[in-house]
Amino acid sequence: MNVLTEPLLYGFMQRGMLAAVMVGILCAVVGCYVVLRGMAYLGDAMAHAILPGIAIAYLLKGEILVGALAAGIVVALGIGFLTRRGTIKEDTAIGILFAATLSLGVALISTIKTYALDLTHILFGNVLGVSETDLAVIALLSAGVLLVIILLYKELLVVSFDAVLAATLRLPTELLKHLLLILIAIVVVVSLQTVGVGLVAAMLVTPAATAYLLTRRLPSMMLVAALLGAAASVVGLYLSYYLNIVSGAAIVLTATAFFFLAYLFAPARGIVWHLRARRKHAARASDVAVPSE
Amino acid sequence: MAVRSPAHLQVNDVSVTYHHAARPALEHVTFGVPEGMRVAVVGPNGAGKSTLFKALVGLLPIQRGEILIHGVAFGAHRECVAYVPQREQVDWRFPVNVQDVVMMGRYGALGWFKRPGKHDRAIVARCLEQMGIAPLAARSIDELSGGQQQRVFLARALAQEPHILLMDEPFTGVDTTTQAATLTLLDELKTQRVTLIVSTHDLNLAATHFDRVLLLNHRVIAYGAPPQTLTSENLLRAFGARAVLIENKIVVDECCPPEEQRAESESE
Repeated sequence: MNVLTEPLLYGFMQRGMLAAVMVGILCAVVGCYVVLRGMAYLGDAMAHAILPGIAIAYLLKGEILVGALAAGIVVALGIGFLTRRGTIKEDTAIGILFAATLSLGVALISTIKTYALDLTHILFGNVLGVSETDLAVIALLSAGVLLVIILLYKELLVVSFDAVLAATLRLPTELLKHLLLILIAIVVVVSLQTVGVGLVAAMLVTPAATAYLLTRRLPSMMLVAALLGAAASVVGLYLSYYLNIVSGAAIVLTATAFFFLAYLFAPARGIVWHLRARRKHAARASDVAVPSE
Repeated sequence: MAVRSPAHLQVNDVSVTYHHAARPALEHVTFGVPEGMRVAVVGPNGAGKSTLFKALVGLLPIQRGEILIHGVAFGAHRECVAYVPQREQVDWRFPVNVQDVVMMGRYGALGWFKRPGKHDRAIVARCLEQMGIAPLAARSIDELSGGQQQRVFLARALAQEPHILLMDEPFTGVDTTTQAATLTLLDELKTQRVTLIVSTHDLNLAATHFDRVLLLNHRVIAYGAPPQTLTSENLLRAFGARAVLIENKIVVDECCPPEEQRAESESE
């Protein structure tokens, strides 16, 4: 039991653990929509797109979180605007804005003297540097995002599943799409400290994709994704502590391990299940000479 | 069943042109549907049938004319028109089951933030029963056959408790069970005085199961009771060279294929 309790004797580990679990849950729940709507690329782009916001906030000695959030929302709306009339495909719009904002971010950060160190923290997170205030902000933003996801469950479900029904029900499809982009922007910003810009896309996609393999309905998919996200965060942090590796990377690798386990062994959707079903089917086919249908 | 007032639908001089298209898909389309009437929309491929439906539910902007429901401009009522497209453009691997999809039909009536209650669940159960898919309620939608999928979306349209129900080619490419279920549904909705507009290329069905036929080829060629509308002259104007064959089919086919199909499906 000492192995589990020892790291938690440190205050910074307790705060890191709390932050990582909250972010793991938040990323996983919002990630369900990212996976189902095929927005994985967008999540990654969004993560890089907030760099200039962070840089500007840093240079102006302002709140980094505010700068990141503003940049994320600007990019979210920018992607929505560029693709609004269907002139440019969404992945092209993302590609353009993604590269542009990343370049702008790196250009701005390179003007900062201590840039190598700061950039590493931004790219890979610094979960052990989470302060009490950071924790409160993460908790508040997480609660807000989850509340929106719960309150607008029906509307987000219809818009994601059936655009035609959404239109005939006169749902504000564009508005809901932008709202989802803004939620993703907030999630990315909240994840900044635990897994960093470079790995947040993995936390958005991997636990949700794993849950997709294990469940058949959206609410259970969200619940399982949240559990997996939290579990990956906890296991990852312990691994990081004992193996002395970067925490963000350890969390993402743990989530990836969960994914491959599900990919192999998930009932109905896993590879092993398919192979067994095919073998059973073949055995049955050889028993029955004439197929019934 | 809740008390409702079936809608009177009036389409006045409606024209729709797609982006970059040389000629309009619909030109000066005018017709009126009294409440509770069943209208078959008939015309060759590319005649603008699907376009008409999309315009009627507001999925396409109309460049000209107006659509009135209950005498009020279209768009004022959101919950009273239901639409079943020819082919559902949904992700069949989405993690929803049959019951979830049908429940979406209640979302319009529920409005923002409200959760489905006992009343909504009762309506969903009834619609599943009516379309013969109650045993499939907990199935994922990717486990269904094409006909079953179609019935799920018909059940969803029913759950909307619409005043006007639009169905685009519900008889095309489905199994006999689904065809029979759809026909039973048409009769059932007739008794509930729901206004029905259904596109089909089956002239037989149009003649036998509908009160009126709208013969469409970008413009309204003819509109009225089936015997007056489906004349050889009108069919020639709508279908061109293909009309002769199609007309033959009408003349030849005196027996009633829907009954045959129903018998078939019962013996399944």
